[in-house]
Amino acid sequence: MNSGRRAFLKVTALSIIGVWAKPVLGGDGPSKFTRDPKELLAKRWAMVINPRKCSGGCKECIDACHRVHNVPNFGNSKDEIKWIWNEPFQDAFPGQEHTYLEEDFKKRPVVVLCNHCNNPPCVRVCPTKATFRRKEDGIVVMDYHRCIGCRFCVAGCPYGARSMNFRDPRPFIKEINPEFPTRTKGVVEKCNFCEERLARGLLPACVAACRERAMVFGDLEDSQSEVRKLLQTHFTIRRKPELGTNPQVYYIV
Amino acid sequence: MGFLILIIGVGFFFYLRQLDYGLGVTGMSRSVTWGLYIAQFTFLVGVAASAVMLVLPYYLHDFQDFGKITILGEFLAVASVFMCLVFILVDLGQPARAFNVLIYPTPSSILFWDMIVLNGYLLLNMVIGWTMLDSERKAIPAPCWVKPLIYLSIPWAISIHTVTAFIYAGLPGRSFWLTAIMAPRFLASAFASGPALLILLCFILRKFSRFDAGREPIQALAKIITYALIASIFFVLMEIFTVFYSQIPGHMQHFQYLFFGLHGHHALVPWMWAAVILAAVGLVLLINPRTRRNELLLAVGCAAVFASLWIEKGLGLVVTGFIPSPLEKIVEYFPTRPEVAITLGIWALGLLVLTVLYKIAVAVKVEEENGM
Repeated sequence: MNSGRRAFLKVTALSIIGVWAKPVLGGDGPSKFTRDPKELLAKRWAMVINPRKCSGGCKECIDACHRVHNVPNFGNSKDEIKWIWNEPFQDAFPGQEHTYLEEDFKKRPVVVLCNHCNNPPCVRVCPTKATFRRKEDGIVVMDYHRCIGCRFCVAGCPYGARSMNFRDPRPFIKEINPEFPTRTKGVVEKCNFCEERLARGLLPACVAACRERAMVFGDLEDSQSEVRKLLQTHFTIRRKPELGTNPQVYYIV
Repeated sequence: MGFLILIIGVGFFFYLRQLDYGLGVTGMSRSVTWGLYIAQFTFLVGVAASAVMLVLPYYLHDFQDFGKITILGEFLAVASVFMCLVFILVDLGQPARAFNVLIYPTPSSILFWDMIVLNGYLLLNMVIGWTMLDSERKAIPAPCWVKPLIYLSIPWAISIHTVTAFIYAGLPGRSFWLTAIMAPRFLASAFASGPALLILLCFILRKFSRFDAGREPIQALAKIITYALIASIFFVLMEIFTVFYSQIPGHMQHFQYLFFGLHGHHALVPWMWAAVILAAVGLVLLINPRTRRNELLLAVGCAAVFASLWIEKGLGLVVTGFIPSPLEKIVEYFPTRPEVAITLGIWALGLLVLTVLYKIAVAVKVEEENGM
């Protein structure tokens, strides 16, 4: 091997190590961002939903969420993106329905969203850690800049909570909220428990918008929180608990 | 070759459209997020792994009959894995970020391991194939470092298809794929479909070039295909017993959708029954020594086997995992024209790579045979 080729190989190897070293070993050092003093903090955010309080036909929570988060409306179900929506009881809880189920319950819509599982399969399968679970409060978040759009997380989610941007969403956003980023085509998105609102001391948009107070949001590890009290005084079920995902959205039945 | 380049060109044109518009040009939807591209990748990993069916008998057990055609298997593996990688890239929503998988390694993700084993296998086969062929051409013994690489390629071939099966078999929300025999099924169908293609390629080489693989290697391969096909069919029957005897609706639904239609949706039913008939034809032709020894009927049998397994793995497997959706909805999937064009373009690209590699291999082999 002549010296030209040898030198080339050496430089190439060093470059590869150089590119790989920084993100793998350390990253950029301590963060320079400051926290809002009004910020809501928790050890384990969770939601308790009471479908009996939901009035039929109401879509306030859905509209609020999609408006605040720049969720596009493509007008067709193929490209559809949704972070929160309604399902009939037997589709939200497959296997729990039966012929003689209370009629009212059969017809009542159940609001479904990402469950921010404690053992999330979507996080397990993501090849780049573009989706990850925040250790400090349990929220499962997306990094839209890192996502390569492989859709493994969509396959991994047992709840159908995730949507892929199969097209550029920006032309289809009715009114852009400048306080929240829009996404590009080619990445996956889902509910983020309004972590950007929590950071400013606001409750999630869906919870705040619900006129009937059917959705309650709080810290499960705070024994005095409303969510804990509701769980202690009502029987609650979760979606597909047998899968071991440990979902953190509870439904009062 | 000109024809292949034309198809590649058309595919490339549609890929540019896909890059511009997004993956929405395909038939994929919110519910069915993997379609033709990932299905082709899954099928082709199997074809790539099948090279081990030549390498193992020849290098581990000194089965001399395969000596002449091992290179064909290795080069088929190279072309197949290459196609796999292109299909994956084409399926990404943000292909420019593909290197994120390397920069942010995530060992918990099977896709991370798949990237490692696929690229490793590609490199292995390229190095082994090229070195062995080069040594043959120079009529010198191969360098000693090739032997350990060849031995490594044997478990590595098994690993590429096992890891690919793990992509599917570990997802808690997809009951169609959540079966322990996903990897064994993948391997069995790989070892039937890959060598079937290889036999057809050998026949083509015999017709259009001066390379003749010989009767015995092809007959040996045919027997391997037969047993692999039997295993593959047996595994499918095992799946069917488990879902239908247990009567669990969540498990039965997918098979009902595939073979009988579900709630009025039946797009894949004719395809699946065609696959069944083709498998039966292939099995009959291959299991009977009289028809297996007849090379025309053998070719028909191999084509039937390849087509049947392509339908089962390349069409049925991936899409059905999403039907019904986790919310019990049935959203069917139909590939679009741009999607099919891109798919054909990548197949043509792979065939082009294969043609070039085979021309080189054949040139060396024929030269060597004529004692030059």
